[in-house]
Amino acid sequence: MTLPLYAEIAVSVLLLIGASFTLAGSLGLLKLSDAMSRLHAPTLSATLGVGSLLLASMVYSFATGMPSLHEMLVMAFLFVTAPITANFIAKVHLHRCRDVEDLPQPPADKIWATRSDT
Amino acid sequence: MPLRLTRRLAPHPLLTVILVAVWCLLNNSATLGTVVFGTILGVLIPIVTAAYWPDRPPVARPFRLVIYCLIVIYDIIKSNAQVAWQILFKPDSSLQPAWIVIPLDLKKPEAITLLAGSITLTPGTLSADLSADGTALLVHALHAPDPDGVRDDIKSRYERRLKEIFP
Repeated sequence: MTLPLYAEIAVSVLLLIGASFTLAGSLGLLKLSDAMSRLHAPTLSATLGVGSLLLASMVYSFATGMPSLHEMLVMAFLFVTAPITANFIAKVHLHRCRDVEDLPQPPADKIWATRSDT
Repeated sequence: MPLRLTRRLAPHPLLTVILVAVWCLLNNSATLGTVVFGTILGVLIPIVTAAYWPDRPPVARPFRLVIYCLIVIYDIIKSNAQVAWQILFKPDSSLQPAWIVIPLDLKKPEAITLLAGSITLTPGTLSADLSADGTALLVHALHAPDPDGVRDDIKSRYERRLKEIFP
């Protein structure tokens, strides 16, 4: 199956962008020093990394004449679920964090929902 | 009476449209058969699940929601580049992680969820917790030399728009 030149360039550029951001995300997971900072690295792969890989897949499918759009669905589901997992990991971190003083206090003597049972 | 009947038969019109679209995308085709079966699902599922979902989400200005999504996507791309740069080329010790408290003016749970989701999807900031009474959001930033600036940025860029969408 041969692609027109412009499609080939577009697909390769998108694949490279996606791959580099996924790599940067994984490197960040290795390199960053504390748990909360490490939590930021996978957002790179989960947003622009996966996003441009899926975009490449869509461009390829349209260029080969078999249009496919269900990559949009993958992206939509990923964007809805990724914040939830990150939030859960952050909540576990808050539970394990022994020093409440490390956290900023919410305004007006309120309490963070995760710590409300302690 | 006719109004109540439509509410019974189509409790969530927007959900119906979304379900038809999702069904067509899952099948990766938009032939008559897919659309008809998708419509059957889109009518039946909201009726069956109506008991768990009594209220309709109060979107006042759907068009503003589209603009909001475009702004978030633009911010995601921009801060992706920033965070990738910080991870790849900056020494770990130069990063200044910070906890940021964002006092919320939003009241609707849907709006707060959307705000927390957009903050997490933007690399570099991550919403960690909500205060027990729902009036403040705890955000962690990977590199924030000026935490107050980040707070004002989120409030003026995201929260102001969400308040217009969910009044």
